[in-house]
This record gives sequence, C-alpha cells and structure tokens, in this order.
Amino acid sequence: MQATTVSTPAVRSTDQVAKWFHILWPPVLTFLVAIALWEGAVWLFEIPIYLLPAPSQIMATFLERPWFLLGIGMVTFSNALMGSAIGCSLGVLVAIFCVRWTFVADGLLPLAVAASAVPIIALSPLMGIWLGSVSAASKIGVIAVMTFFPTLVSVYAGLISPRADALLLMRSYAAPQRDVFLKLRMPAALPFLFNALRVCATLSMIGAVVAEFFGGPRNALGVYIKTQAGILRTREAWSAIMVACLYGLIFYLVIVLIERWVMPWKQRHSGQ
Amino acid sequence: MDTPIIEFERVSKIYQGGAGPVTALHDVTLRIAAGEFIALIGPSGCGKSTLMRLIGDLEQPSNGTVRIKAKTPDQARRDRDYGIVFQSPVLYDWRTIRKNVELPLEIMGRPKDQRRQRAMELLKLVGLGDFGDAYPHQLSGGMQQRASIARALSFAPSILLMDEPFGALDEITRERLQLELLSIWWEAEPRPTVIFVTHSIPEAVFLADRVVVMSPRPGRVQRVVEVNLARPRAFETREDPQFFALVTEVRECLRATETAG
Amino acid sequence: MVTAVRRMLPVVGLVAVLLLIWEGSKVLFGISDQRLPHLGDIVTTMFTRTQGGNGPLLLVQMLINAWATLRVAMGGFFIGGLLGFGLALLFMRMPILERGLMPYVIGSQTVPILAIAPMVVVGLGRMGAEPWVAKIFVAAYLTFFPVTIGMLRGLRSASPQSLDLMRSYAASSLQTFWKLRLPASLPYLFASLKIAASASVIGAIVAELPSGSSEGIGVMILNAAQFYNSRPPALYLAILVAGLIGVVFYGLVALAERLIVKR
Repeated sequence: MQATTVSTPAVRSTDQVAKWFHILWPPVLTFLVAIALWEGAVWLFEIPIYLLPAPSQIMATFLERPWFLLGIGMVTFSNALMGSAIGCSLGVLVAIFCVRWTFVADGLLPLAVAASAVPIIALSPLMGIWLGSVSAASKIGVIAVMTFFPTLVSVYAGLISPRADALLLMRSYAAPQRDVFLKLRMPAALPFLFNALRVCATLSMIGAVVAEFFGGPRNALGVYIKTQAGILRTREAWSAIMVACLYGLIFYLVIVLIERWVMPWKQRHSGQ
Repeated sequence: MDTPIIEFERVSKIYQGGAGPVTALHDVTLRIAAGEFIALIGPSGCGKSTLMRLIGDLEQPSNGTVRIKAKTPDQARRDRDYGIVFQSPVLYDWRTIRKNVELPLEIMGRPKDQRRQRAMELLKLVGLGDFGDAYPHQLSGGMQQRASIARALSFAPSILLMDEPFGALDEITRERLQLELLSIWWEAEPRPTVIFVTHSIPEAVFLADRVVVMSPRPGRVQRVVEVNLARPRAFETREDPQFFALVTEVRECLRATETAG
Repeated sequence: MVTAVRRMLPVVGLVAVLLLIWEGSKVLFGISDQRLPHLGDIVTTMFTRTQGGNGPLLLVQMLINAWATLRVAMGGFFIGGLLGFGLALLFMRMPILERGLMPYVIGSQTVPILAIAPMVVVGLGRMGAEPWVAKIFVAAYLTFFPVTIGMLRGLRSASPQSLDLMRSYAASSLQTFWKLRLPASLPYLFASLKIAASASVIGAIVAELPSGSSEGIGVMILNAAQFYNSRPPALYLAILVAGLIGVVFYGLVALAERLIVKR
C-alpha cells in the first residue's frame, strides 16, 4: 500500500535528487573511465591517428568549428526527424487500419516482419533517383520507410493487446466501437508506441547519416564523414560522429520525456 | 415466487471443439427473482461460467431461450442491465481508481460532475475513499477487486454477474470481502440480483439465498439448495449450526454429482 | 500444410496488389521507364550478359556478389555470436565481471558503428589488413551486443522454483546449466540471433560502401546507381537481391530455431 505513504513536498524533492544521483552516478563514472582508458590507450600504444584519434583530439577538432559541425548535424537531424515523423505516423495509421480490417493485417503484418530482415538502407540510391540524390526528400524517404515497419508491427501488437476480459467488460457496457478504441485499445497501445518511437529515434539518426553515404548535399554529416574518412582526416570524421551521437541522444531523451508526460501511470513503476 | 428477472427455458450450449461437439450445458431450466442472491457452484467443466455468460450475453445459447426482464439478453445488455466482476480485477492501468470506476458512466454519456460524485460515493462504500487518485498497481489485490466491484455498481445495474471474484484472494481477505459485499448489496438501492460463480462451498452458502449445484459432462443443474439463514448476515453466521448443516448438504450434493458422473 | 497455405494467401494477395499498383501507376500517371521500369524488364535484365556481352549473366554476377556479402555477414555473425555467447556465460558465472564490464558493453553501442564503418574500413586498410577483415569486424560488432543481452536474459529466465527443484536434486552447476538454464535460454538466444542476422547483413553492406571495395552487393548497388541512366532495371535488381540476402539469412536462423527448439 504505497499510496498511504504520503510525503511532504520538501522531503520528496530531496528524495528525488538522491534518487537521480543514485541512478546517474554509475553511468557517468563509467563514461569518464572509458574516456580516460581510450585516451590512455591511444597515447600508450601509439595508435595511428588515422585509425583512432584520442578523445581530447576529437574534442579539440570539434571546438575548432563547433557551429559548422552542429549546423551540418542539424541538416541531417532534420531529415531524421521529418522521416520518422512521416514513417511513425503512417505506421500508426496503418496499424489502426489493420485492427479495423483484419484481412489487411493478415497480408501486411507478415510482410512488415519480413521487412525487419531487409537492409532498407539499400533503398537509398533508388530514393535518390526518384526524389533527387542531393535533396532532403530522398533521405527523408529512406528514414520514413525504415521507421514505418517497426512502428506498424509494434503499435498493432499494442492495439490488440487488451485481454479478452477487458474487451468483454466493454461489451457488457454495450460500448460503441469508438469507445472501445479510444478508451481501451489506444491507451493500451501507448507503451508499445513509445517503445517503437525510442527504437526509431536511435535508428533514424544513424540511418540518416548512412543514407548520406550513398550521396547527399555537401553540408550534411554523412557526406562529411565519408569524404573526411576517405582522405584519412579521422579527427574531423570522428568529431562529426560525436555530433551525430549528440543529436541522436537528444532525440532519444525528448522521446523519453514525452513518454513520462503522456503516461504518468508508468512513471511510478520505474521509480525503483 | 415473484415475477422472475432471469428465466432459463430448456437451455443448452454446445461448443464445436476440435474433437467433436462438447455439451457445456444441457437442458437447464431456472427462474431467478429480482433482488435474489444466487450462487452457482460445481466442479470445473460443469458449465457454471457458461451459465453466467449466457445471462450476460457474452455467449448465445444453442437451444432454448434466455429471458432477462422479459427481454433478450442482447437487449438487456444494450439497456445496461449488467454489471460484471471477473476473477481478475481488469482495471485499466492507465486510469486512476476513480477514473476506472467512472469508465462505464463515461461510456453511457453521463455528465462529468455527476460521474465524479457517483464514483466517490461508491469508492467510499467499498472503503476506498482515500484511494481515488491512486493507480491500480499501487493497490493490493483485495483493494483492486473492491474497486472493480465499485465499477460494476457505478451505473446501478439490475443484475450483478460475478465470476469467482474472490478466487485469487487469500482466505482472510476473502472472508472480509464476502461480508462487505453482502452489506453493499443489502444497502444498494435498488438492490441488484446477483449471480455469483464460486468454487467454495462455505462462500456459496454464506452469501446466497439459493445455491445452484451443478454437475459436469454434460453441465446441468443437479439441485437447488435453499439457504434460509437470516439476513443481514454477520461474522457469527459462519458459526451457526444451521450454516454447517447447509454446507454439509451442499457438500453431499456435490459428492453425489461426482459418483454419478 | 493447408493452414500454412491459408496463412500465405493474404500475403501473396497483397504482393500481387502491390505489383498491380506498380504497373497500373505507370499506365495511369505515365511514369517513364527511366524512373520506374516494367516488372518484365527487371526480369529480362537478369538474363542479359555483363561486360558488353562477354561476361556472365547479370543475375549470376549479382548472386556471386550477394554470396560475397552473405559470407562476410555470416563470418561476422559467427564471431560476434560466439563473443556474445561467451560474454553472457562469463557474466552469469561471475556477477562481479558483469557489474564491471556490462556498462562498457552497453556503452559500446553508443558508438554508431554503421556511421564509422567508412573509417574502420579505410583505417584498417591503411594498416595493411585485408578488406574483408574490416567488413567482418563491422558485422561482428553489430552482432555481439544483441546476443550478449539476449543470452544473458535467457540464462536468467529459469524460474526460482525450477532452480530450487534442481537444488533439491543436488544437481551440479554444470547439470543445472545443461538441463535447465541452456534449454530455458534458447528462445531468447534465437530472438536475438534473428535480430543479429539482419544487423550483420546491414553491417556488411554498409562496410562495402567506401570507395575501393571490389565485391559485394553494396558495390553492385553503387555501380547500378552510377550507371542508372543506361540501365535502370539493374538497380532494382540489385536492391531486390540485397533484400533477399537479409531474408535468406533471417530464414536460415529461423530454420535452425525450428530444428533446435522443439515446442
């Protein structure tokens, strides 16, 4: 009966800080140790710079032109964002169709599962031909396809997740289909949707970078990484990768924040 | 008997299974009066859940007719005559306890303030007055089941269908909830007709006006035992010699179904 | 058998509808052959000869390159899979090691290997390594993480009661492993192997992209894209074959699961 332990706001906020500290310090410490090990290893074993530059060198290279790198990162990131917005919304819409008309699900879901085994990134050059190889549209197209299938599979699983009892309850109220959908299926699918969104957040940023390996505008991260790596300017390439990671992380964290806000009933679960 | 609220006229239910048809319920005729508390008891496979589901229009009979207030079960469902409590509470975990109790009222389109007031009333009635804003996972199993009873009563249905509602609870919680259920039912206005499916002989006798003893393969009504214990019943009722006598009677009856089957 | 056919029917139907839309939209919207070739043209392209009529059939060339990619993916999958399996065993036996190393295993995934694939290829090449070394490295890197996590979860999936049961028989830890933990972990292991199979194919393809690679379906895709104007169907064929590699590898792992996990 946790609900009976009501704590005063003051106690609660210090609790909160302690809790966050407790959650955060191991990964932060690990991160710092890892960076130190990396730095040490590069100097100690004299790893050639074209193979693996030290973190300090990467950081220094980044700081030489931070706005340039963040700028081209933004170009790639906006592709990732647009692509996943399109792919995920379509995924949700089609999942709803699949629940309404089950014959669509019978045909489409096996294909969607198979699509997870397909290297969708290989579509990039084709998208380039349809939508222009240096245009943003072709990258957005690849990301949209890439995020569409996992969202569809996951959200569909969520929409059909309510157990027989929960559906019978609705039946006993003679609830109209609309209510069954809005009050039962949709909220039940939310955790599944956010699982998919978190996967897509990670997938889409890397996907956007790799899609640009097949060609893209000069001021984009993927093209920059590929050209710099090609002429063995590894520090430059690594600093660009750092920027890609940064954007990917921000995307992921924003999704997690929205998730906490949209699903307050889950929050207390993970409070341990 | 008064005009019956539930009427079974030679009802059978046959399922088409993989190994041929299975008769879940065979030729059941039964009349239940308004405001009665009926317990259905019997070994597994005797069709007691099927009987309940036929009343609630969760399934349709293969033969015979079921009448609810002289209507078809389908019509009764559309008129919102049923409140259902399952063995598991089936609370929606994204709604607070109060919002869970409000759910049927929402679907039936009641105004917001009325919904809220009614939900709080019922939560007080089941002893959860302080837990309206908690989420289901924060409550114990017994408290969750109370909330699910409050939800079933929220729209004052005339029939309350309870499918082993206390089956998953420990004996101590179970006995306490039995008493609470009786007082809630006794005080509810109008008093609903209760169909209560159970495995427990003392539970059936303690709660019901009549215990319907069923036997399996095919499922049918073996006997109906009248329980003439005084109401309102109390903790002491369980220590009454008459209570023991009735428990023994039901037990003998169940044993007879075993040797017969 | 009948149920399998019945289950495939809607899928086949949907594919047929999609192909109809393909050809139909060409007629309706007048999409040129240059942008969207006829399905028939893609089929006939398979049987044209490469290198100005003297080389092998295009389909044969594609399949040879597909095999090169699949080989790399399988090599990486095998190495990464063994590594992941070993790590999971180690972590289960020695929780201390898990606490120490697990954060690095998880942290390793924050490095987007796909994005640094060009650097791995170019860097390792500069050090004098064969090209396949870098490709296998990328594929293995993508494989080991899901396998470690999945296998560890699987090894821990045995219920406390079933462990207590083993204990009551005074079973040795080796017996507990063979008779309980390992069989209990197989569904988890295969779930992660299936993810890893797709990932390793993607890794192999992306590792083929940096200039200088000579074989693999990734190279074929790049070539077909470069010479798209002279022969559009070739690109469609290359992408189709790339998709096929993923599905075939996934299918092989699923088949192995069928044979090993009897449920």
